[in-house]
Amino acid sequence: MTELYALLPALVLGLGGMVLLTGGVLAKKSETTPAVTFGAVVLLAVAAVVNLLAPDTLIWNGLFKTSLFTRFADTLVYLGAIAALILSVDYNKREGIARFEYPILVLFAVIGMIAMISAADMLTLYLGFELQSLALYICAALARDNLRSTEAGLKYFVLGALASGLLVYGISLVYGFAGTTNFAALGEVFRSGTAGVGTIAGVVFVLVGIAFKISAAPFHMWAPDVYEGAPTSVTALFATAPKAAAMALFLSVMAGPFGHLTGQWSALIQILAVLSMVIGALAAIGQSNIKRLLAYSSISHMGYALMGLATGTVDGIQASLVYIAIYVVMSFGVFGCVVAMRRNGQSVEKISDLAGLASEHPGFAFAMAVFMWSMAGIPPLAGFFAKLYVFATAFNAGLDTLTIIGIVASVVSAFYYLRVIKVMYFDKGQPNFERVSAGAGFVMAVGAFATIVFVILPGPLMAVAGEAAKALMG
Amino acid sequence: MNQLGFPILSLITYLPLLGAFIIATLSGDEAKIACRARAIALGFSVLVLVLGVYVWTQFNTGIAGYQFVEAMPWLSGINVEYRMGVDGISLFLILLTLVLTPIAILSSNGIKTRARSFFAAMLLLETMTIGMFAATDFVLFYIFFEAVLLPMYLIIGVWGGERRIYAAVKFFVFTLAGSLFMLLALVWIWRHLGTTNIAVITHAAIPAHAQMWLFLAFLAAFGVKAAVWPLHTWLPDAYGEAPVPGTIMLAAVLSKMGAYGFLRFALPMLPNASYAAEPLMFTLGVVAVIYISYVALAQTDMKRMIAYSSVAHMGVIIIGLFTFTVEGIEGALFQMLSHGLVIAGLFICAGILTARGQGLTLKNLGGLASNMPVFAAALMFFTLANMGLPGTSGFIGEILVIVGALKVNFWVSLLGGAGMVLGVTYSLVLVRAVLFEKYARPELAGLKDLTGREYAMLLPLAVLVMWLGVYPSSFTHAFDAPINALVQAHSAALNPHMALAMVTAK
Repeated sequence: MTELYALLPALVLGLGGMVLLTGGVLAKKSETTPAVTFGAVVLLAVAAVVNLLAPDTLIWNGLFKTSLFTRFADTLVYLGAIAALILSVDYNKREGIARFEYPILVLFAVIGMIAMISAADMLTLYLGFELQSLALYICAALARDNLRSTEAGLKYFVLGALASGLLVYGISLVYGFAGTTNFAALGEVFRSGTAGVGTIAGVVFVLVGIAFKISAAPFHMWAPDVYEGAPTSVTALFATAPKAAAMALFLSVMAGPFGHLTGQWSALIQILAVLSMVIGALAAIGQSNIKRLLAYSSISHMGYALMGLATGTVDGIQASLVYIAIYVVMSFGVFGCVVAMRRNGQSVEKISDLAGLASEHPGFAFAMAVFMWSMAGIPPLAGFFAKLYVFATAFNAGLDTLTIIGIVASVVSAFYYLRVIKVMYFDKGQPNFERVSAGAGFVMAVGAFATIVFVILPGPLMAVAGEAAKALMG
Repeated sequence: MNQLGFPILSLITYLPLLGAFIIATLSGDEAKIACRARAIALGFSVLVLVLGVYVWTQFNTGIAGYQFVEAMPWLSGINVEYRMGVDGISLFLILLTLVLTPIAILSSNGIKTRARSFFAAMLLLETMTIGMFAATDFVLFYIFFEAVLLPMYLIIGVWGGERRIYAAVKFFVFTLAGSLFMLLALVWIWRHLGTTNIAVITHAAIPAHAQMWLFLAFLAAFGVKAAVWPLHTWLPDAYGEAPVPGTIMLAAVLSKMGAYGFLRFALPMLPNASYAAEPLMFTLGVVAVIYISYVALAQTDMKRMIAYSSVAHMGVIIIGLFTFTVEGIEGALFQMLSHGLVIAGLFICAGILTARGQGLTLKNLGGLASNMPVFAAALMFFTLANMGLPGTSGFIGEILVIVGALKVNFWVSLLGGAGMVLGVTYSLVLVRAVLFEKYARPELAGLKDLTGREYAMLLPLAVLVMWLGVYPSSFTHAFDAPINALVQAHSAALNPHMALAMVTAK
């Protein structure tokens, strides 16, 4: 029975998705899309609630686990997916890409993410990884008549396939040298804290494969193009749910089976973190497209989140989880704003298109300013606390240089976030944006509200993340 | 909880935030919103002023530590608590903020566009500033210290003058870069002392080599904010381009945040490093006083001239702080209050001319004394106070600093004092160019004298300047306890050095 209960969220999504698919195929009209999206959102919400009530288990001979850690990460995935679906309703309709398959693909991708997060074996990990990737490749190319969208889909597919190849090669090496793919058994094998060159090579390949998915530099090349090319509603999904899932996977693999090898991989994670923070900050300066800017911003955020992992401690994992949680909320909020950037029936993506927004849509501009400031890490907004926790834990773990680089990168990145605010508030212009749709307005309001009030009640999130980190590290 | 039994400091801090929220929900046509928003902003700022005065009446001057203390669990994960409190040092800086915010709001009738956002930003600024002075936890302090940037950035950038965008971005990037060094210091302190409670960390023993690094970090953060030469270059742009209410808040209140930071953190926490940095800080202070006074003399714009005079006065404050004498530090603190009131008066005078459609280029002004006698008297009064005429607040602050400096180093005292003479020159140039000689342009003769609203802004300031100048002990006796404690702790921390320094001084 507990097995069933632990799988219930995935079952709800899978079976529900099948029903919606059947319904959509039979109805065969694009008008069904809002209904299907609504159904998908309901399924996600139900799954999210069931997930929170699920017990801690390890089922199927140690293939699939649920714990507070998986529940925490799953919740972030559900949040991101629900927000992205809400944003897609209006946007996809106006863009003429309102296909009923999209919400269903999102559901299947979410199942893959749940499998990634709950993986207790390299094989479950790989299955989940592929399931979510395949669904997302199609999503990226959703606007199939649009050149940039198809290009984005193809690029994502080719580079994603490479990442999968690296990952599976790494898994095979680890299996070959350690003789098992089970996380708990691997943990036992590496208990001594040492491993041969072959195993380490395997660990590095696994690490690189996952680094591709979170778009940590230097494996970030696909992100700006895919973010820019994919329809904005899909980009909103890419920036939230899969990032949270892949980051959780990163944490669970590195701290789980390879937890005793911290000494071997910590330096690699630090390099990834430094490169992501620096490249994310520097490359974003020259961007004029808001989606590309957010892609680089996301790369640098992954760098900060990795700082926590680099410590290899419970505190560090906690800081990373807090960072990811805050990142997901800021991201869906900011994409709520980007989705709402429409003029004369077309979506616009240039930063300069925002000129004069503060006079025309003060609420919209305020929300955007909140997200920009929060991402720049200016107190009292949530993004500041996210950075404070990772800096504090990294510094506490003796990673002084990493912390200093993080702080410097943070000043540099403040510069480009500030530019967006400058354009909205100081520059003269007539954005003539269309009325903000209810969905986008709702998503940005929720995101901005959470970002602002986090300062009053940081305790619960901190505490839950701490418990989740303990559950992971045992 | 505290002697009043309810969190009055939090109330004072967050009431303006409530006001800002109410203003943000106003709707109607532009003119009506502007009118209502100003009324609400004024109402809230006066209300918190009344509460602030009440705190003053209940304040016990005999205690060196924090009063009206509030403590609540907050960031439990990293052992940081929400702590508020005031002592003799922060009390008057909070009162200064409380007095100047309604005056700045009164001075904002030139704001016609997006008035709702403007008044919300002003109230937000008040919240952040008071919170910063009242915070007694380092993390909380840092948050308020940084958060001040957000409303100020918008106030300069949206409602400022021609080069507002340049000024706003420069202001933001300079202060942010400085503050992040303080963030490093904060993380170091949290890691090594295990707490960020200011009352605890200021008495912790920190190894001398670490003190030097921490001091440099604080110098970057507070030096930029206090516009210590040569970190002052953002200041003339920001002061010059900000709208009048913004300039008042920047010059009168925000510039004190840096000096307050030195006084609250650098001096008590890092006695060895502060002592070692004394020659450096004296040099920076003296250069600011003398060199910046000359720069002020060369300005052709009234607002920029006042801005540079402000940098020169910050030099005096820095000298006073680093004398480590009771006189010097009290003088610096007194000078902070006095300078806040006087500079606000001067910028209001500049704003009065702007409101009458006049540019502030000095050579286009002149002769106003004959048709605006009351304005002339006010400008003259604040200028005299600015140069430290006895009987005004400026005199007390400067004389205390000079006496304090004299105890430590004759030359610093002499050169710092020389700045007062230079202050006289640019002040008189300013007054002559604006008030006397003949009208530079015929339309100047038609300008009307002060309106009732302008009286309401200038009179309280003038009264306060006189009060501080004639009866300073109603303020200084609150300084005595905390500053004596600070100076004693300081000399105890470097006993051997201090004894040596005394001998040399004699």
